Amino acid sequence: MAAKRRWTPERRRKAFVKGGYSVYYAIFLVFIYGPMIAMFVLSFQGRRGGTSFPMRGVSLYWYEKLIEPSTVGDLQGAMGRSIMLALIVMVITALFSTMLAMAFRKRFFGAGVLFYTVMAGLMVPGILLSLGLASLMKQVGIPPNWWSSALGVHVVWTLPFGFLVMMAVFNRFDSSLEEAARDMGASEWTVFKEVTLPLITPGIVAAGLFGFTLSYDEFARTTLLAGEFNTLPLDINASMTQRIRPTLFALGTASTVFSLLMIGLFLGIYTILYRRSR
Amino acid sequence: MQQPAPTQHSGLIGIQPVPSGAIEAARKIRREAGFPVGWLITPAALWLLIFLVVPLLSIITFSFWTSTGSGMTPDLTLQYYGDYFYNEGFFEAEHRNYLKPSVFIRTLGSTFYFTIVVMALCLLLGYPIAYFLAMQVQSFKWQLALFLVCMVPFWTSYLIRAVAWMPMLGRRGLLNKFLLSIDVIDKPVTFLLYSEFSYTMALVQLYVVLCVGPIFFSLAKIDNAILEAARDMGATPLQIFREIIGPLSLPGVAIGMIFIFVMIMGEFATAVVVYGGKTSTTGTVILNYYAIANYPFAAVNALMLMLSMMIGVVIILKLVDIRKEL
Repeated sequence: MAAKRRWTPERRRKAFVKGGYSVYYAIFLVFIYGPMIAMFVLSFQGRRGGTSFPMRGVSLYWYEKLIEPSTVGDLQGAMGRSIMLALIVMVITALFSTMLAMAFRKRFFGAGVLFYTVMAGLMVPGILLSLGLASLMKQVGIPPNWWSSALGVHVVWTLPFGFLVMMAVFNRFDSSLEEAARDMGASEWTVFKEVTLPLITPGIVAAGLFGFTLSYDEFARTTLLAGEFNTLPLDINASMTQRIRPTLFALGTASTVFSLLMIGLFLGIYTILYRRSR
Repeated sequence: MQQPAPTQHSGLIGIQPVPSGAIEAARKIRREAGFPVGWLITPAALWLLIFLVVPLLSIITFSFWTSTGSGMTPDLTLQYYGDYFYNEGFFEAEHRNYLKPSVFIRTLGSTFYFTIVVMALCLLLGYPIAYFLAMQVQSFKWQLALFLVCMVPFWTSYLIRAVAWMPMLGRRGLLNKFLLSIDVIDKPVTFLLYSEFSYTMALVQLYVVLCVGPIFFSLAKIDNAILEAARDMGATPLQIFREIIGPLSLPGVAIGMIFIFVMIMGEFATAVVVYGGKTSTTGTVILNYYAIANYPFAAVNALMLMLSMMIGVVIILKLVDIRKEL
């Protein structure tokens, strides 16, 4: 290609099309982010302002209301439980999806059934799992808890995502590295620890990201299964049945910012590990 | 063609003898390398058994049990299936009408209708985005960055994203203000929030990213050389789309549609937030009957939901072969 190309009609048409798509992409972003941005702005509503524009002054009043223990119930506790739950789900998702993907590198009996069962976790709506497990536990007499029943169905939901990520990682994995280590007499554990693990760590982090964020925000699967103590999405839902106040926007903003920070953190770790594993 | 004998293998220099049994031994090592499969799959398989398979089986079982008002007894009955098809709501059991479809079937029908509308809108809005990312953006870094920007909402709470529609659509919301300012309307309209409009809009916004992802992946897989060849032979952009890009992106479309289909069929929270609980989806019906401890009837509703979803997914799979994608 010449360094300087002429501005032919063909090129002009292409640039025009690309420009059109770019504009559409921008509108699309406004569509998917617009409401959230409006909510962010409104969360700084003045003391006497309401849940819609115009802003009556700018304040942190509704955030202060959020921290007061009386207004929305046990908010800090709910947030703590949600984070704790998300961390446990993250670890289990990363562990299980790595193990499963390693198993699927070989052919084994029942591989097809297991694959579709894992994928079913993606397909079965949360309400069905919630209902099935909740009524079963009621019948048997085991009280549901966020760290037992809710944890169980959360992992069912996050596992397929992590599993697909790890399958993709092993698809591009060069097995000859492991074989070389084995030929030199390394034990299975040594091979895994010294060869496999460093190469797949970025994938494990990505699987963990799905585990954490999807569990942290999960509502449908927790609805009937959290038991006595609410997680954060349940608390948000509960506060919506009362009169809508800007506190809800403050809560939404705080929770979203936290989600975004976590995504940023994971992506940061992923990038660092990915560079190191090359 | 003649297959080389198992004890020999053909190299560059010619056919050389290989010590007998060496290939078998090598195969065996390869098969047995790595951790034992049983240990790798057992924990996850058990987990899925307890928290996925058993709950679904118990829904099926409980749908035949009898409600006692506060729990269930294992007396098998088909009463709740009958109620599902013939009853006009549980609170006025006398009002039965055997000609009209029951309120539950109509709820399932309207849930299905909404799902189809939202799926169509998501495809319409999402496909050009995926196309833009995969075909128009050349640099891989930009592709990835723009794609991630689209996917970030998927990792944030959908409940909060539903709540965020309220300041947009309310009577004094931004959309009304905007329409007033450009003189499309002369007084605020109320149909924006708590209506079919807001419900559809919110669902599309919440789920459209789910179809952008798979379509993007299947478009990104298309070999540029094919497109070049088609262009060189004088194909118009429309022809290229109809003959190459369209068919090759179908698996991605199908996966995205399946995603959206199953998620919205089981949807209940958005209906409450932006529709003000004025409508019921099958999801809200299930929750309501759970709340009044009529577990068998909730189970029947859940089962019907599951069945209609399976039918929908099977139809999509019949239309498009997605195995190429997996």
